[in-house]
Amino acid sequence: MQLRRLGSIIVKELRQLRRDKLTFAMIIGIPTMQLVLFGYAINLDVRHLEAGVLDQANTARSRELIAELAATEVMKLGKPLQSPEQVDAALRSGEISAALIIPPDFETRLERPDRPAAQIVVDGSEQVIQAAARQLAAFPIYKNTGWTSRTAGIEVVNFYNPQRRAAVNTVPGLVGVILTMTMVLFTAIALVRERERGNLEMLIATPVSPWELTLGKVLPFIGIGLVQVTIVLLLGKLLFDVPLRGSLLELYASALVFIVASLSLGVFLSTLATSQFQAMQMAFFTFLPQILLSGFMFPYAGMPVAAQYVAEVLPLTHFLRLIRGIMLRGASIGELWHSLAALGVFIVIVLSFAVSRVSKRLD
Amino acid sequence: MNDDVAIRARGLTKRFGTLTAVDNVDLTVRKREVYGFLGPNGSGKSTTIRMLCGLMRPTAGEIDVLGYKIPRDAEALKRRIGYMTQRFTLYEDLTVGENLDFLAAVHELTRAAARTRITELLERFWLADRRNQLAGTLSGGQKQRLALAGTVLHKPDLLFLDEPTSAVDPQSRREFWESLFELADMGTTLLVSTHYMDEAERCTRLAILDHGRVVADGTPHDLMANLPGRTLLVEADKPREAQRSLKDLPGVIAMAQIGTSLRVLAKAGADFEQQVAERMKSAGLVAQVHAIAPNLEDVFVVATSNSKDTNHAAA
Repeated sequence: MQLRRLGSIIVKELRQLRRDKLTFAMIIGIPTMQLVLFGYAINLDVRHLEAGVLDQANTARSRELIAELAATEVMKLGKPLQSPEQVDAALRSGEISAALIIPPDFETRLERPDRPAAQIVVDGSEQVIQAAARQLAAFPIYKNTGWTSRTAGIEVVNFYNPQRRAAVNTVPGLVGVILTMTMVLFTAIALVRERERGNLEMLIATPVSPWELTLGKVLPFIGIGLVQVTIVLLLGKLLFDVPLRGSLLELYASALVFIVASLSLGVFLSTLATSQFQAMQMAFFTFLPQILLSGFMFPYAGMPVAAQYVAEVLPLTHFLRLIRGIMLRGASIGELWHSLAALGVFIVIVLSFAVSRVSKRLD
Repeated sequence: MNDDVAIRARGLTKRFGTLTAVDNVDLTVRKREVYGFLGPNGSGKSTTIRMLCGLMRPTAGEIDVLGYKIPRDAEALKRRIGYMTQRFTLYEDLTVGENLDFLAAVHELTRAAARTRITELLERFWLADRRNQLAGTLSGGQKQRLALAGTVLHKPDLLFLDEPTSAVDPQSRREFWESLFELADMGTTLLVSTHYMDEAERCTRLAILDHGRVVADGTPHDLMANLPGRTLLVEADKPREAQRSLKDLPGVIAMAQIGTSLRVLAKAGADFEQQVAERMKSAGLVAQVHAIAPNLEDVFVVATSNSKDTNHAAA
């Protein structure tokens, strides 16, 4: 290892990066775009759901119920329907996603607390809509209208995200997702590009060592990764007011470890791929399970045991535990040491594999 | 090992699966020589060079370069050689100066040494005014000169150049060869592969490669002198017809029409001039037949046709 040589590789890499407008734009663009898209789009609080009304009772109290539900703005009770068949047809065509059905015996049902007074039929093909309808059904309209109260026996208290804002859950996870996406892809491509363009053939005929070459190409990306973390955190704070309850230093330390883990994976992939295109395919191949199984999209606890084992292997799973712990629960790194240790094990194993495959020969 | 020998290879062989790319090659390159590898594409020139540099391990054979056992001592050898790849493999998205700065650091030149050396090389290779231009925007000839400058930055004793001029116009090729001779003059040994006859002819010695084998080697002069009386020029009024009538004459290896005359290459042996003249007469063609000096292309055709014969014999 020679410092001047290592330095010259880093300088070369940064110069190339500065001229590579697309990659440069991606470094800034991917985190910004993803944060805005995910932050605003992943919103589980449904509003203005297209809905129909079939009021078979048509009494003063049934009209009162409709008005109350409309006031919640969850459903837009716009379409008056005349028969159950019409409800069926409108749902099937997708014209409405839900329908409020008030039976002819609405008034008598209201007197009996053990039977539901009205019904909301929902389009079950949309998960989020189901959740919204459940939320609506729990809406304590009976209290407001002075009818018999039917509150649930068990109250759910939401700790860390009392307003149930999706962005609070999404943004910390997004730091991990963006790093996974860019770090693995950039390193794999940067290393394979050298081989594909023939630069490597020229380089391996010089005294440069595989370690210098790999480190020199990977180190600039650590800096880039930290820049991306900063962008997401800043935008998360400014746009969505995502809290940071733990230590900022510990947050960056965990991000650093995760960046190194992702870079290791990228280096490993680069030793398998023969073209930039292949490297890109492989990066996406590792990206998908990380997104789906890490707990970013779906809760870890809800996954089958086999999937949980797979998730334990993925670096993003451990980083999500770290960053959610630090940002949302105010946990310290000491309390989350096992996630950090898991990332360390991942780095050692993957990097050893990778470097054993980096060779200074063409055959 | 003899102090005067830069490269010695014995029984050098490289197989890729069932394909034998380099087949039992023996090679001796003396110091200060400009040694040429002449051969068609796929004849094993690049693979041989890569094995000699230590970039590829041979399947069999011994290599000794500048006293180093290859591939064992490949890393030590890399400090003393320069290898110029067939493709332009410097960074197209770095400037001329940045590329050379980078290579200087890779070769462990001190900053001060690098500065003077780079300035000197930019002058020598007519690139001084291109220093801040991106390498990707240079012309073919300029790229080759930059690649050569990058290859000789650390003053290597031995240079491997793999088809350095395949993407360059004739004027640039001539300039490039001037630079090569300048290096040879300063004591560098050069091994150059090419498929251009005129370039091969400029080498001090050369080996003709075909299907992974050395089918002829020697100085260009000796190689050409070994073909006495075997190249004829037939000046006929109807060269196409003359060519048709000679097609089935036993002993003809190759014929090529040059303008209005016909160049005939024959096998060694009988008095061929006589036979051709008689054939012309019997075909009723007016023609003058006389022997001419063989050129390197004749040597190449003879050497590669011999190897085809032995291939057939083997099969």
